Amino acid sequence: MSALPRAAELGLIACTVCGLVCRNVPGDAQLDGDGVDDAMACPRCASTLRRRKPDSFARTWALLIAAFLMYIPANVLPIMRTASLNDIDDNTIISGVVELWRAGSPNLAVIVFTASIVVPVLKFLALSVLLVSSQRGSGWARLQRAKLYRLVELIGYWSMLDVFVVALLTALVRFSVLSLVEPLPGVIFFGLTVVLTMFASMSFDPRLIWDGKDSDD
Amino acid sequence: MGKAFPEKLLICEHCDTVYRRRVLERGEVARCALCAAELERYHLLSVNAMLALILTAAIVFVQANLWPIVTLGLSGQHSSTTLWGVILAMWREHSQVVSVLVATTLFFFPLLKMSLLGWLLWFARGGRRAPGFVPLMVILHRLGPWTMSEVFVLGALVAIVKAHTYFDVTADPGIYAYAALTLLITIFAGVDLRQLWDEDLEPAA
Repeated sequence: MSALPRAAELGLIACTVCGLVCRNVPGDAQLDGDGVDDAMACPRCASTLRRRKPDSFARTWALLIAAFLMYIPANVLPIMRTASLNDIDDNTIISGVVELWRAGSPNLAVIVFTASIVVPVLKFLALSVLLVSSQRGSGWARLQRAKLYRLVELIGYWSMLDVFVVALLTALVRFSVLSLVEPLPGVIFFGLTVVLTMFASMSFDPRLIWDGKDSDD
Repeated sequence: MGKAFPEKLLICEHCDTVYRRRVLERGEVARCALCAAELERYHLLSVNAMLALILTAAIVFVQANLWPIVTLGLSGQHSSTTLWGVILAMWREHSQVVSVLVATTLFFFPLLKMSLLGWLLWFARGGRRAPGFVPLMVILHRLGPWTMSEVFVLGALVAIVKAHTYFDVTADPGIYAYAALTLLITIFAGVDLRQLWDEDLEPAA
């Protein structure tokens, strides 16, 4: 694949905000996001031009670990309380899925399971794999890893589904003592998990997948 | 200052490969030969068409926010809510974090996105750059994935099915407005807003 020129080799740099292709000022080769404030601004949109997102590995790891720490209480603690005259029922994410399955809507149960369990877990695994392999400069399955990253970016925000369900039911089910729905702390942790994983995948720079020393084949 | 080559070259955002840009035919999508990411696609929608879509989305958005979404019935009692009812209920129930998340991703950011697009496209239609073009385009870029109306529609569907076990559920006009909004968002998802940078627009007066 050496036939395809990369921007760094040609002394070019693309603006991540507006896409403009710029030429480095001669001698200014330190546009590497190394923390030294030597970056220049895009002549079109004035955003800072950087070869790679700054401190991509460190930031992504930090956000990913924070998200994982939030994900534990999000699953252990109940997210929603349904109360009626003679019964109080606390639901976790999983028990909500099970109930939906039993209530006769297995299709929706699968969707909720995917959004609340599969997608966050996939994000933790995928981003960890991407981080470890890119940090080692591995040439393994680069195309697949690039596609994996784009998948994570595409589906990430659908995890917010369960948060919206709890919010909507809380607002809807208010029949005095007869029947009430209240949000419980689990839903807050879950919301934070989703936001943090979104920030984590945004701070990962997919160009790092292709930066390693090994060649493709 | 870096020197710019806006028309001739194109760099893949996902792997930094450099390409010579060429004019795309109708329906064509340029993909990166190295990482298969989309580089650019043919602009199917004219500025006028985009503006029309945004205006439609704005009207539907107002309806989706004003009209109740669903009504529950339990032994003669009825209870319904709008989006702002949801936001206020979460705030009252000590889930302010969730309340703020819902308000930003379902109300403020979508509203901001539509207003910015409307403003920018209105001027682009007359062949001019809108006042504040550069900072507004940057804000639009940063809004990225933080508008979630389409997720809310699926959430409403799940909530309806869950509530259906215990209550009489009636779908209200708000849910249809949301469904229409989702459709418009899906059409708009294929639009690369970067084309506005490349349009040959006169600077704002």
